[in-house]
Amino acid sequence: MTEWKQKTIAEHTLALERGEYSSLELTHAYLARIREQEPLVHAFLLVDEEGALRLATESDERRREGKLRSPLDGIPFAVKDNFCTAGLRTSCASRLLEAFVPTYDAAVVERLKQAGAIPLGKLNMDEFAMGSANEYSAFGAASNPCATDHVPGGSSGGSAAAVAAGEVPFSLGSDTGGSIRQPAAFCGVVGLKPTYGAVSRYGLVEFASSLDCVGLVTHTAADCATLFSVLLGRDERDGSSVAFAGSREDSFGTPLRVAVVKEFLESDAVSPAVKRATEDAVRALTAMGAQIQTVSLPSPQQALATYCVLSAVEASSNLARFDGIRYGASVGETETLSALYSQNRGGYLGREVIARILFGTCLLSRGNRERYLVRAEHFRSQIRRALLDILASCDLILTPTAPTTAYRKGAKLTPLQRREADLCAVYANLAGLPALSLPMGRDEEGLPVGIQLMGAPFSEFSLLKVAQCLEERRSL
Amino acid sequence: MKPMEYEAVIGLEVHAELKTATKIFCSCSTQFGAPPNTQCCPICMGYPGALPRWNRRAVELAVRAGLALQCTVAPYSRMDRKHYFYPDLPKAFQISQEMHPLCREGKVTFSVGEQTHTVGIERIHVEEDAGKLLHTDQKTLVDYNRSGVPLIEIVSKPMIHSGEEAAAYLRALRAVLVRCDVSDCKMQEGSMRCDVNISLRPRGSASFGTRVEIKNLNSFSFTEKAIRYEIQRQTALLERGEKINTETRRFDEATGTTVLMRVKESAEDYHFLPEPNLPAIRIRQRDIDAIRATLPELPREHAARLREGYALSAEEAAFLVLEPAVADYFEDVAGKTRFPKLAYHLLVGELLPKCGDPFSSPVAAHRLAELTDLLGDGILNRATAKKLLLRLLNADFSPAEIVERESLGQISSEELLRPIVLQVLQGNPRAVQDYRNGKKAALQALQGRVMAATAGRADPILSERLLLEALAGGGVLNV
Repeated sequence: MTEWKQKTIAEHTLALERGEYSSLELTHAYLARIREQEPLVHAFLLVDEEGALRLATESDERRREGKLRSPLDGIPFAVKDNFCTAGLRTSCASRLLEAFVPTYDAAVVERLKQAGAIPLGKLNMDEFAMGSANEYSAFGAASNPCATDHVPGGSSGGSAAAVAAGEVPFSLGSDTGGSIRQPAAFCGVVGLKPTYGAVSRYGLVEFASSLDCVGLVTHTAADCATLFSVLLGRDERDGSSVAFAGSREDSFGTPLRVAVVKEFLESDAVSPAVKRATEDAVRALTAMGAQIQTVSLPSPQQALATYCVLSAVEASSNLARFDGIRYGASVGETETLSALYSQNRGGYLGREVIARILFGTCLLSRGNRERYLVRAEHFRSQIRRALLDILASCDLILTPTAPTTAYRKGAKLTPLQRREADLCAVYANLAGLPALSLPMGRDEEGLPVGIQLMGAPFSEFSLLKVAQCLEERRSL
Repeated sequence: MKPMEYEAVIGLEVHAELKTATKIFCSCSTQFGAPPNTQCCPICMGYPGALPRWNRRAVELAVRAGLALQCTVAPYSRMDRKHYFYPDLPKAFQISQEMHPLCREGKVTFSVGEQTHTVGIERIHVEEDAGKLLHTDQKTLVDYNRSGVPLIEIVSKPMIHSGEEAAAYLRALRAVLVRCDVSDCKMQEGSMRCDVNISLRPRGSASFGTRVEIKNLNSFSFTEKAIRYEIQRQTALLERGEKINTETRRFDEATGTTVLMRVKESAEDYHFLPEPNLPAIRIRQRDIDAIRATLPELPREHAARLREGYALSAEEAAFLVLEPAVADYFEDVAGKTRFPKLAYHLLVGELLPKCGDPFSSPVAAHRLAELTDLLGDGILNRATAKKLLLRLLNADFSPAEIVERESLGQISSEELLRPIVLQVLQGNPRAVQDYRNGKKAALQALQGRVMAATAGRADPILSERLLLEALAGGGVLNV
């Protein structure tokens, strides 16, 4: 019997099936847990008790009538506040969208509701998903449930913290440059960034469209696979979404061929505890019969720079629409149109968001475009080719998820340290590959360490199988 | 010294709405005239998280336009975001094509008077329309019904040299788009709009002068007038030794002049970015061939056929095909009458001025053909034919039967007409005297009297001959 806060989807599904408790009782229990934990964790920006209890009652009725919709029917969850939810405020943790209530559900929210899962509310994040510590939320930072004076990571800090704190058994976040995997690693939960296009982005407020992915947070790899099978698939409302072209079974051969990245094991940016955890994972995989080979990735600094350019450029474009004219906060009447634009945008967007918009706008201006954007696109395809080359002869690439474990809130990081937080994560976004973060031990302070498994497009289920094997070994 | 002669170099950018039922990136209706903001959704209003998705029909229609205008269709093209802040642009960028347009290198051929011109098309690209601002006394409101309506922008090469040529180019372009069912091209509804780029240079020079843009012209004649005015304005500036500014102007309908909108400090920077949410357009040769196979006969081919088949002049045929529906109607009538040329005159001279826009004839083709035959056979004179045509506008009947029943037939027999002519002469001694004193116009007056006496039925040629004979003093007359 696992501790309450570790309860998995699989355990709840079984208990619901056996009638040990109803979905209504389960929902009540999670709502109580949220009330208890929120003062410490602040993972939620909005809790919809009424809606959740209504849907839980409906789920129980379906169960009585034998009309269950999926293994997730009756199971509570929550989503990052950048997923649109019909009738529920969607703020992106920004003052500008403080009063924005969409009329539509994001595709994934819709799918989960159709599957019978129970949405409990909206989760804290860095404003517009820009940040890696959840400290850029306009509504107060979330904390790491493993040590509440530490950051939960970001930008999906609330998504990871809520699961780690046992406030929900699973959650959704988004991952543009590690935003689901790094907080998962910091909070000691499983985080999956799927293949670009495998899960619909419709209704996910865009940050950098060509990098954004819906992310999944669960306690275990098995739960993650259950959740992923509900979410995947082409959605005609998202032009970049594609039919899932991979196997639902483990398609990696025997022996498992694992690539370990030399640069990360040697890098000064990667902390000793993280290196140790990565080496532990290598040992565990070897013990399972895997073949390990050391590979070299294209320059991490170049990958980071490419990510910085592309994400800033797309963000400046995507966020241009937030002018306060059709929706969102507005100062009201101004003398001129340009005053309206600058006061709404300057007054209601946070500093980090404004900085990135300015950076992106500058990069996109004439002259800079060719110097930065065109070159970044070029590097991006080089990086993708290099990774696919490695994955042609290996099943997966093993790296740390983040260079360090969670740091203290308010820690003064240098701009370089800030950027290096995404060091290992951005490759998967640049190349559109699936990657997951899996807890692998703790550091000297007792904080969780995550390792990352990255595979070829559509290899999610195989990656999750490997992760499951590592989980089993870990618990031995 | 002879004053310097200037030549205008003009390029046109034409926006035409594609005739799709739904918008380019969502399923909202494109119907014109609905109450404000009743045809929009999160996608075309740029709401957070709402993503665009292709309307295939829009791309097909754009390819169709390209093929009809003899363009090369790119096997790969893609959308770009064009950024600027304005309340009618909900995402603060327009999804358009900058780097990889759908079509390139086409042409439009048209005539001005006797002369045939061919103007090259630089490119055609697909894009979404913006919303519309409605200014009231205190406030500016935005209507997003038009936001996301599919457009093509057709960019001509700078090969036009006068307002007259520009108008002729636009008419010919419109005829092709309407004929191919690509666009309605209703300028009054804004489904076709035109921007003009114009510069002057000394005649014979190969370099270009400073370019001025005139935005948003919504009729052919305004385009023509705006260009004519702009040529005068720029010529005057140059003759005074002043410099032309790179600027954007608009046409003021009331004064017939162009007015400054804004001076462009430097070329505008739209921060173009490839659109990450839409897959690139890849068109296979067989798709192009399939679309080409469905193209109808184009206006110029149609004109050639009308000229040969119905003995029309080049100008007459060219005039008909400018409005494809008119050309089709003519052909329908012409096929049913023995006098196609007469039918042309009845249609263009009498019927067209009574018809609205878009053209749809209230007179069935076979009725007009019947009327034409009556006229051609001399059973009706022109005046009566005109009267009957007016009646046909409001009621459907057989002209032949009415002529019979109401005895409207032309009086073409000498025996019947001569006594009437004599009567008229006797009754109008003064006009006769005038005529004999050399006032030839008096003949017209007498002719009119003959018509009045016959309720317009007299054969005009015969009655004139009889009048002349009598006036020549054949003794019959004694005044």
